[in-house]
Amino acid sequence: MFRYYLKLSMLSIRANPALSLLMVAAIAIGIGACMSIVTVRYVMSDNPLAHKNDVLYHVRLDNWNPDDPYDEPNEPPEQVTYLDSTALHQAGQAFRQTISFKSSRVIQPEGEDAKPFQEELRATTADFFTMFDVPFEFGSAWDAAADQSEERVVVLSSEMNQRLFGSEDSVGRMMTMNKELYRVVGVLADWMPVPKVYDLNNNPYEKPENIYTPFSLAVSGEWGSSGNNSCWKPTGGGYEAYLASECIWIQMWVELENASEKGAYLQFLDDYVEEQKTLGRFPRELNNRLDSPAEWLVYQEVVDDMVGVLLSLAVLFLVVCLLNTIGLLLAKVMRRSNDISLRRALGASKSALFSQYITEAGIIGIAGGVAGIGMTWLGLRGIENAFSGYDYISYLVTMDWTMVLVAVALAIVSALAAALYPTWRACSVSPATTLRIQ
Amino acid sequence: MNIGPIWRAMMKSKAGFILIALQIAVTMTIMVNAFAIIQERANNAARASGLDETNTFALASTSFAEYDRENIKSLIDEDLALIRGLPGVINAVATNSFPLRQGGWSMGLQLEPGSQTTDSVGSAIYFVDEHGVDTFASNIIDGKNFTPNQVAWSIEDDDTWPADAIITEALGEDLFPDEEGSYVGKTFYVNDDDPVNVVGVIEKLQAPWPGWSGVEKSMLVPQRRVSEFQRYVVRSEPGYRDALMPQIEELLSKSNKDRIISAMTIMEEVRESAYLEDTALIKILAFIVGMLTIITGLGIVGLASFNVSRRTRQIGIRRALGATKPAIVSYFMLENFLISSIGVVVGGILSVALNIVMVENFSLEPLAWYVIPVAMLALWTVGQAAVAGPARKASNITPAIATRSS
Repeated sequence: MFRYYLKLSMLSIRANPALSLLMVAAIAIGIGACMSIVTVRYVMSDNPLAHKNDVLYHVRLDNWNPDDPYDEPNEPPEQVTYLDSTALHQAGQAFRQTISFKSSRVIQPEGEDAKPFQEELRATTADFFTMFDVPFEFGSAWDAAADQSEERVVVLSSEMNQRLFGSEDSVGRMMTMNKELYRVVGVLADWMPVPKVYDLNNNPYEKPENIYTPFSLAVSGEWGSSGNNSCWKPTGGGYEAYLASECIWIQMWVELENASEKGAYLQFLDDYVEEQKTLGRFPRELNNRLDSPAEWLVYQEVVDDMVGVLLSLAVLFLVVCLLNTIGLLLAKVMRRSNDISLRRALGASKSALFSQYITEAGIIGIAGGVAGIGMTWLGLRGIENAFSGYDYISYLVTMDWTMVLVAVALAIVSALAAALYPTWRACSVSPATTLRIQ
Repeated sequence: MNIGPIWRAMMKSKAGFILIALQIAVTMTIMVNAFAIIQERANNAARASGLDETNTFALASTSFAEYDRENIKSLIDEDLALIRGLPGVINAVATNSFPLRQGGWSMGLQLEPGSQTTDSVGSAIYFVDEHGVDTFASNIIDGKNFTPNQVAWSIEDDDTWPADAIITEALGEDLFPDEEGSYVGKTFYVNDDDPVNVVGVIEKLQAPWPGWSGVEKSMLVPQRRVSEFQRYVVRSEPGYRDALMPQIEELLSKSNKDRIISAMTIMEEVRESAYLEDTALIKILAFIVGMLTIITGLGIVGLASFNVSRRTRQIGIRRALGATKPAIVSYFMLENFLISSIGVVVGGILSVALNIVMVENFSLEPLAWYVIPVAMLALWTVGQAAVAGPARKASNITPAIATRSS
């Protein structure tokens, strides 16, 4: 029976090619508009550390101004001071802990003609790589001893390794930054967490840094932070005063052995702050926070407001396309009410007619869905083109299989939803009325 | 033409017409809200920065040799003397940032000294010397420029704030709301209790962050920062910019080998990247509105064609009974006008409703009232244009059809 309905549907679709095409196109365009925005939002709100969500935590301590919270209502600062980050790292109370900040150096490649260039880097500690599942192509992270010894070692991204050493295994080789020699200990494989959970203070979608050096080395060399930096009271001049100040500029994360240790670590933080209070620091009430990657992504509002606006408009767009389809299907059904009457009079049951018209709508829905994937692809290329000034845009406009399936499912559901009312109208044509008029 | 019969005929098959009216209403909702965003973004992107943008460019110099402070100072002086001495250069300055750059320094300014005050006014800070005003093409409307002896080098281990400042008019209005006369000579405080005296007021100089609500508030601070990293802004005479850029890059690279010259950019590029999101959004929304209008238009064409073919016989009968061709055309036009009218009225209500939701949930500005009548007019026009074809087809139906049985 289904094959018969299929045949009837194809006949009916072919009988009005322009109209059928318009319906398919409307669904496809609606799906395309909707799914391109959904895809961007899906990628933007991804949590690349979801598998560690119950053991990885971002650390916040409230060392802010007694008269004013860092952010309403009573949110502690987004980063920590040098004093606290180093003290907590030193204490080593978590299973793993890392502190880091963004800085920059001038790289001087070897060779007479090679031009020096400035490059952003991350000053961090050995655990950083394990905690954020950073993959290595050659070598490994520096060992924990280098965190203390201020040894001149670096880890390079595969891109930087390609640029400086032509992609070969450069472990053990030397490179020059600001006229000082550094030994390469590791080269990363391709690594692109989207968003860049470990540092959301700046642009959450930019690429990870291409160079990593020990934190202690950066501080002893008095490197400044090229990331965010906030102070709530004057610091006094000079790097020493800056390190001793209440300015926040360092990102701190801890990894616990299991989720049940969260309470204990929070207690440790509270004890630490209580102790600091006796030294006259931390004028505000106890307000320390541990945020999982998922919580941190939400708090930092990595998904731009405009995506929400576009998404609501795109959903309405799909609604217009569906109203369009409903109207056209309805017109089609009304026009055929003669056939329907006749079939009903000859004994076709309502459910038979229902199956037939739903089949027809389903075919249009599937066609619209398949074309809709194409439209989504076009839409994503359009978005990529409009934002081509952002070099990270290509990471946000990629469709994975989940999105393809969602697109098809949305198209079929939409087409069936659109078909429901016209089909119901078709079924309720009474056997006699239309025949009588003719 | 009498509306009565048309209306009654529509009531006979309500569903189809309700669908079209709804489609028009939702289309209008999207159109109006998209247009409101487009307008807001376009207005933002059209604001002047205060700079002489077509003749200004910026570059950065990073020294990577070990220099002491005195070395650095003399290098900066040499660089600036070299640039300012070139033919075609109006002026140049070393500064921490410039308008539209999207990165810079801001501070809270307060009228009373002390750490307890809660009311502070945010302002962008540009560290410059006496050449800043001229390089930034700032028009001094009150007071005067810094004198060379008001400008000082920053001192190591001492963050005492310079005692003088030139402020923008917008900053003055925000900082001294009750002042009717001149802002010159007035005092405010930074870093809790460092007093600052206003020596001049400039008409316009935007802060580096175009997205900041206080973007018109900035001040010039007469301090030169000693650092291996220097940002130079150069203003040239018309027509000299493109030749000066490579020339300056080469001269500076030669004068000191242990540094790199980077971020050589013209202000047009800086503006483009500052407003990239806005222009991209405008493009995307305009495209959405365009597509939507086409789909709705085609939907109306499709439905009207259907109605025409469904009513072929009735139209034939009307023609046979003496209705003229224009009467048939105006029947369909009027019918469409009625549906569109219902659509745009409902659409008007939905548009305002959606706008209220959007303003509450996302940081958007409320709708300008005139967008609604404009959108109504646009959709009426689209409807009439879409129905014109099928209506003309209907008028060509021969009266003879009436005699045939379908």
